[in-house]
Amino acid sequence: MQPFELITVNSVLDAVRAQAASPSAQQGAQVRFIAGGTNLVDYMKLNVETPRQLVDINGLSLDKVEPESGGGLKIGALARNTDVANDEAVKAQYPVLSQAILSGASTQLRNMATTAGNLLQKTRCVYYRDTAFGCNKRQPGTGCPAIGGHNRMLAILGTSDQCIASNPSDQNVALAALEATIHVTGLKGDRAIPIAEFYTLPANAPERETVLDAGDLVTHITIPPLPAGTKSLYLKLRDRASYEFALASAAIVTKKSGDRIEFIRVALGGVGARPWRSFEAEHSLHGKAATPANFRAAAEAALRDARPQSQNGFKVELAKRCLVHALTQATA
Amino acid sequence: MPTKNDDCSMPMTSLEKLSRRAFLARAGAAGVVTATASVAVPMASAASAQQQASTPEPATPDTVPIALRVNGETYRLQIDSRATLLDTLRETLHLTGTKKGCDHGQCGACTVHVNGRRANSCLLFAAMQQNAEITTIEGLGTPDKMHLVQAAFVEHDGYQCGYCTSGQIMSAAAMLHEPWGPSDSDVREALSGNICRCGAYPNIVAAVQSVRRRA
Repeated sequence: MQPFELITVNSVLDAVRAQAASPSAQQGAQVRFIAGGTNLVDYMKLNVETPRQLVDINGLSLDKVEPESGGGLKIGALARNTDVANDEAVKAQYPVLSQAILSGASTQLRNMATTAGNLLQKTRCVYYRDTAFGCNKRQPGTGCPAIGGHNRMLAILGTSDQCIASNPSDQNVALAALEATIHVTGLKGDRAIPIAEFYTLPANAPERETVLDAGDLVTHITIPPLPAGTKSLYLKLRDRASYEFALASAAIVTKKSGDRIEFIRVALGGVGARPWRSFEAEHSLHGKAATPANFRAAAEAALRDARPQSQNGFKVELAKRCLVHALTQATA
Repeated sequence: MPTKNDDCSMPMTSLEKLSRRAFLARAGAAGVVTATASVAVPMASAASAQQQASTPEPATPDTVPIALRVNGETYRLQIDSRATLLDTLRETLHLTGTKKGCDHGQCGACTVHVNGRRANSCLLFAAMQQNAEITTIEGLGTPDKMHLVQAAFVEHDGYQCGYCTSGQIMSAAAMLHEPWGPSDSDVREALSGNICRCGAYPNIVAAVQSVRRRA
């Protein structure tokens, strides 16, 4: 591990100023915020990330889960994954979020990891983690050995010729379906970014994963209130029953009126270069009857643009079945 | 350096007067190459508990002074800022009950309690844990006065090689205070962050369930 300086800050503004000394907030940033550290410390040990300074933000009071005045919930950036998953308001209003968080990682990691840290965990693959290989994300221009290589776990939606890594988060799939807003304080003040606009696709610059710029600190997220009677759930399919990344997962937020689907939000995990909101599936389902045929049609629409690699062609059908199964459960 | 929990000072039977660690250390000193002895490269220099009141060791450029609360004791140390809590516990404080498996948060062998909650000590920088109350397996119980989970692991033979055991026990002890259901599958899910390479899982689950049913 490269040597680094560890500093602590007592205000959001001090944190923003400290990180802004780095030219970037993306891969290779020279100054990094650290909270739970479950992702960053791992990469520092591998020399995949080599910051010269770490800014410990654990002292900032950003760890609360609070109701919003107009309904909905505000979740602090430093709220630990365990605390969010077990929060009574989250469990009652947004079961999909609690289920998604609890399906990811282990209890030890969830106790350490924070809401914003999970939000910003790397979209990655085994080659990103291994400095013996090239990787366009880790070092732009050095190629993508995953294409034609070991890619069974990787993405089939939103990839590019530069990068086919999948976003591994479960939390963020739920947040995508819940249409969360990411609140950021930066050098130019505060911004509220809809999660649908928060993550960038790899395209020609896989080293960039979000719209965050140098100095930007996620302070909290907000989740809007849902119509009364809305149901939500998270279904995750994986190689092991626990402590494993998704091969495919689905977050469903829906409400029926009679047999018709009146409200529907769909996001997929394990298959996308970012937490994958499927507007195609939603469009296909809106106003339709909750039938197996309509669910299958929505799944076909969601995966229409899938671009499988040499080892992960099975994910196309798996993701479709995952979505159909989740829709069936959510509308039962 | 002497600590309260140095292996050599732990109560032992007459047949175990010389611990495995002490034996290996002596073998290493005598010129016999052993892997265990040769990889023990300290990440940090330390002032022992006994030195707390005296002048701290002079700072070197890459080290930081910290105070760490472990098992109810406060240790004032001068450590490399890169030192993880795991390495600091093992190499500086010589609390070697906490094990290093993968060193990347994947196996759970390094599980300790931080403010009563279980965490992977390999992914925590020690310098960031100065306000925390840390409990290791040495602070959970002693051979004379074992924690209920420790006693249950002995009773149910919840191990084979034993390397993952302290992590399993720290996880299980924390699990008793977490919101889990009553079934065996709840235990398996709750402990999925602790890998047992020997596959002693059935006995581990039995041990943990025996404690939960008693509670």
